[in-house]
Amino acid sequence: MFYRQAGDFKTTYRDDIQTFPLKQDRWGYYIVLAVAFLVVPFFINDYWTSAVMLPFLIYAIAALGLNILTGYCGQVSLGTGGFLAVGAYASYKIMTSFPDLNIFIVVLLSGVVTAAVGMLFGIPSLRIKGFYLAVATLAAQFFLVWLFNKVPWFYNNSASGQISVPERSMFGFAITGPNADAPVRYLFCLTFLVLLAWVARNLTRGRLGRSWMAIRDMDIAAEIIGVNPLKSKLSAFAVSSFFIGVAGALFFSVYLGAVEVGEAFGITQSFLVLFMIIIGGLGSIFGSFAGAAFLVLVPVLLKNIMVNWLGWPTDIAVHIEFMVVGGLIVLFLIAEPHGLAQLWRLAKDKFLLWPFPH
Amino acid sequence: MSPLKIVGVALITSLASTAAMADLVFPSLSYRTGAYGANGIPFADGYADYFTLVNERDGGIGGVPAKVIECETGYNTQKGVECYESTKGENPLVYQPLSTGITYQLIPKVTADGIPMHTMGYGRTSAKNGMVFSNVFNYPANYWDGASHAINHILGENGGDIKDKNIALVYHNSAYGKEPIRTLTELSAKHGFKLTEVPVDHPGQEQKSQWLQIRRTRPDYVLMWGWGVMNQVAIQEAVNIGYPMENFIGIWWSGSENDVIPAGAKANGYKALTFHAVGNDFPVFDDIKKHVVDAGKAAGAGDQVGTVLYNRGMYAAMLAVEAAKTAQGIHGTADINAAQMRDGMEALVMDAAKMESLGMAGFGPEFAVDCKNHGGPGLGAMQQWDAGAGEWKLISDFEPSDMEIIQPLIDEDSNAFAEESKIELQECA
Repeated sequence: MFYRQAGDFKTTYRDDIQTFPLKQDRWGYYIVLAVAFLVVPFFINDYWTSAVMLPFLIYAIAALGLNILTGYCGQVSLGTGGFLAVGAYASYKIMTSFPDLNIFIVVLLSGVVTAAVGMLFGIPSLRIKGFYLAVATLAAQFFLVWLFNKVPWFYNNSASGQISVPERSMFGFAITGPNADAPVRYLFCLTFLVLLAWVARNLTRGRLGRSWMAIRDMDIAAEIIGVNPLKSKLSAFAVSSFFIGVAGALFFSVYLGAVEVGEAFGITQSFLVLFMIIIGGLGSIFGSFAGAAFLVLVPVLLKNIMVNWLGWPTDIAVHIEFMVVGGLIVLFLIAEPHGLAQLWRLAKDKFLLWPFPH
Repeated sequence: MSPLKIVGVALITSLASTAAMADLVFPSLSYRTGAYGANGIPFADGYADYFTLVNERDGGIGGVPAKVIECETGYNTQKGVECYESTKGENPLVYQPLSTGITYQLIPKVTADGIPMHTMGYGRTSAKNGMVFSNVFNYPANYWDGASHAINHILGENGGDIKDKNIALVYHNSAYGKEPIRTLTELSAKHGFKLTEVPVDHPGQEQKSQWLQIRRTRPDYVLMWGWGVMNQVAIQEAVNIGYPMENFIGIWWSGSENDVIPAGAKANGYKALTFHAVGNDFPVFDDIKKHVVDAGKAAGAGDQVGTVLYNRGMYAAMLAVEAAKTAQGIHGTADINAAQMRDGMEALVMDAAKMESLGMAGFGPEFAVDCKNHGGPGLGAMQQWDAGAGEWKLISDFEPSDMEIIQPLIDEDSNAFAEESKIELQECA
């Protein structure tokens, strides 16, 4: 009734191809952005930042990155944890080598370093596909974690092999380190997420994104119509790894503050991000957000219900949380194999016609 | 940003509840699940039970009841941070994360928030330097002491000469397992033994290749820095290759009942370090039985009383209670806050009379904490597994470590940290 296409006339091509062609969608997007930037920072505290918002924002960036590679370009990757580690260690090395460098630039540079590493490990994708490529990226995961554990240069020879973030600030506000305030850390990560989501959206509907999707849908056909597989696949690896590298840098420097590679960037991280995009929806920007939100928020929610509300023992709560989250994943995959994004799309389509579907 | 997220956020907002309590709050960042649960459970039980005992028997600490808030970390740093943030609003007095990884995360945070942290026998060793780490305590002993105790024991067995001996270190490939390497390297230079490092990746269920290497090179001694399921697997593998168990020495985290029992009778003779007594032959256990277990108030299943890690959890709780009492004495108020608790920890004195009065005579070494030394004297003892009797036995007294080697390392590491994080040194009288 209120949410409809009728009467929303487009008079230019530019209007016709915009990201949110529907007025209501567009306004919804502006409102969410305004709330996220202008309202949330005034209400957020340390718990909300560290336990809920930062993991959500950072995993959303990582999921966007993996979605570009797996969802848009069709290259399955199990190396996400390793690439997150590259981002984290790159940011640590850059921060400690150039103490005066702005933290914003440090995070971007970490993304660039990760993009280079990602391209290197993307080379096998030119020859192998599917499960075999998954195994090749799995090798990247284990190799990178081993490397950061083995070579003391990466952790500046610290006795424990841990890397700890030094304090860095922007415009006089501490961004990293223990003195950083919750709203500042939140806004810093949110800015990156919004910027990168905007980049991802526009890349995927442009020439580059179309070449990725052509490769995904049928690589031989794509090659015949003139899509260069070398350029498409490696650019997908580069862009994807850039996103994941930025996520890794934020994960280490803003979110956790100290990490140890084997534990923070193990194979479970790779699977977690992969589950996020599968549950959220492959090949969908919204899906990356929805998947990250689902896998970050549901466990926290369940824990709060069971431990804080019902007062159950913590171990039972954890076991039930595993079962419930696992069950929900299976349920979603059966009910809607294309993920939360498809559910959202269907709901919107229904709503567009409501209340007169015929 | 999606409507879904907003719904989720709204849901959690309505669910997150924090109630202000006038109790003395002791958060317990425990882990009863996952690959480290077998070791986490007895510690968490012991920690909780001692506070229950204090509440039931003495009516609290100085008349104020103690409250333990348990939060499951699964030995995972991300969850550890979540637990810290979710409990720090309830005026916690001291954090004991029982994880070196989580400790490293929390050191800057607790210092900024002014909450003390006690990492008993784990964590960052150089936190012993109280001038740099004002809010972190690791009394009564730390990893570097442990490494030195193990080498001292080997020296003792060989009449003080271990030149050309071959010693292997099997370690959990993490911050925890890597801690002793620096000390052992220095000690190997001093005493002339050869050190081989054998890392085991988390969680350590698969150690065939490591023990094949040990079987091939036949080191004279094997030291182990393991935790969780890794301990059981390592001891079983050592049994499988027929390694002499009396030459196999674990750190205090690799020496509990559930580490050795799975390997059966052949684990007999395995040694491990400890910084407190073993067994349940102390009057305090009668009180625990009477006021906690028989009253049906025991934490968990209540079946861990008297095991090594239960005792350690109880010991940790006892030190926290004594520090709180000290703080109450210093500040003349029963309702202390985190900053006052910190002062109490820094002035903590554990002497024989005090332990006697608690029904724990000789349970741990005597020590005193001061502003400069947050680590105590670093005394440790050796215990040995008697598979026939099914119990650990102390085979040495609490002995000192080689501070000649360790102190320069502590100074170097803590000063490097102070410089890196631009910390102003605490003034010590």
